[in-house]
Amino acid sequence: MRTDYYILQDGTLKRKENTVYFVNKDEKRVLPINKIYSIYAYGRLSLSSGVVSYLAKNGIPIHFFNYYGFYEGSMYPRETLISGDLVIKQASHYLDTEKRMFLAGKFIEGACGNILKNLRYYSRSKDGLQDSLDEHINSIESEFTRLPNADSISSMMNVEGRIRNIYYSALDEIFPEDYRIITRTRRPPSNKMNTLISFGNSLMYTTVLSEIYNTQLNPTISYLHEPFERRFSLALDVSEIFKPIIIDRIILKLVNKNMLDDSCFMGEIGDMLLSEKGKKVFLQEYNAKLSTTIKHKGLKRNVSYKRLIRLELYKLSKHVLDDEAYKPLVMWW
Amino acid sequence: MGSNCLSTSKDIPTALTPYVKITGVKINYYHICHTKLWLFSHNIVLEREDENVNIGKLLHEDRYSKNKKDITIDNTISIDFVKKRNDIIELHDIKKTKKMEDAHLRQMLYYIYYLKQRGIDAQGVMNYPLLNQTKEIVLTEDDEKKIENDIEHIEEIVTGRMPHPKRLRICSKCAYFEFCFCGEVDDD
Repeated sequence: MRTDYYILQDGTLKRKENTVYFVNKDEKRVLPINKIYSIYAYGRLSLSSGVVSYLAKNGIPIHFFNYYGFYEGSMYPRETLISGDLVIKQASHYLDTEKRMFLAGKFIEGACGNILKNLRYYSRSKDGLQDSLDEHINSIESEFTRLPNADSISSMMNVEGRIRNIYYSALDEIFPEDYRIITRTRRPPSNKMNTLISFGNSLMYTTVLSEIYNTQLNPTISYLHEPFERRFSLALDVSEIFKPIIIDRIILKLVNKNMLDDSCFMGEIGDMLLSEKGKKVFLQEYNAKLSTTIKHKGLKRNVSYKRLIRLELYKLSKHVLDDEAYKPLVMWW
Repeated sequence: MGSNCLSTSKDIPTALTPYVKITGVKINYYHICHTKLWLFSHNIVLEREDENVNIGKLLHEDRYSKNKKDITIDNTISIDFVKKRNDIIELHDIKKTKKMEDAHLRQMLYYIYYLKQRGIDAQGVMNYPLLNQTKEIVLTEDDEKKIENDIEHIEEIVTGRMPHPKRLRICSKCAYFEFCFCGEVDDD
């Protein structure tokens, strides 16, 4: 089984014969080529052209993040899994407004379903918060009923934006004072919670991108987000479904179990960053979450959370091929 | 199925491929699963991670290394290796198991048929190195009729809409298993 490699330190990635080494002043580590699924580079990483072509040949993408933990770009190897038919059909679902809105709505439906799942869980388990959380749940539900009346992608986006705002204010009820979101800020994130959300969301985006790479779907053709929003906007669409399932749950765990302390954050006020320790704690939970398995109802097999992303892409492929209408993943467990 | 969004797409012409090249693999898949045939023919391949496929590849590279291997004709049929015995041309195919024996035999019969169309008489030999067995194959007139029938049917399938997957016992071993059955079943 191939796994993801997270490189937090500065150093060089080299190829010597058919082996990949990570080298810096403290250590020299071997990365077995057959074990790498993708590489996440958080440190300042130098690459030799030899290693770039070797990784590309083996279909392994490298994702780069800057000092602040923001996504900067990927070395996305040449596509080998190409199906002209599928790309044409994928594009036809973008060009036809009705079909595009169907899919855009499904991504919102999935995101919303998983958001509600998270909130309902806390409404059951947190004493004293039940009434207030239920109120938030009700307003998200009533916001969601406005989705079918939306007559354009931008009004759908507005519904989604309002749902997310209610969700964040509900999370603020759960989080201790130190970890309130208050308002979502991105560049730079203005407080601890915004920092965690931003860090997690860029991770999610790249993980989805790695999965798209292993299918015939074209990552630039998206439905909810505009294809010009980011280079690989389909990864943004699909991330919406998985952010509440994976990222938000990790953050809730980290905060509720007191797994973070002040040494996990750094930077001046209003310019919060995760320190190397903070990134390490987060990435450890992330990796553990991705490899957690659950029993899949259709496959009747155990599948990991990471595999669920791939299955979502298969469902999307089958939708554009007119085999089976897309139904977004909403946690059933 | 049955959503408004999907039903409109019936207006799109389904004949995406006006002419279908019939390769040996397509004959093989036709006798295993029509969904697999369709997906493969539309370049939707998922076998990069499939272990059985990798074992097959290794076996193929490892055995019979004395013979010249992989003879591809017209980019359409690919024979593992060819031998000449008593002036008879023998087409050899190497397989791991007999599980899909029928489909494998049909594939070999198609190779013989394909060469016959081009004026070459040949016979087939199936090699099962892991079972220490071989099997000789001769094309009959009846086989030829069946092949022509199959070709017509394959063209219909490939140019049509993706056949909805049907769940069979063999599905769980297939590289397309997750693709076909990724939808969740509502049992509550």
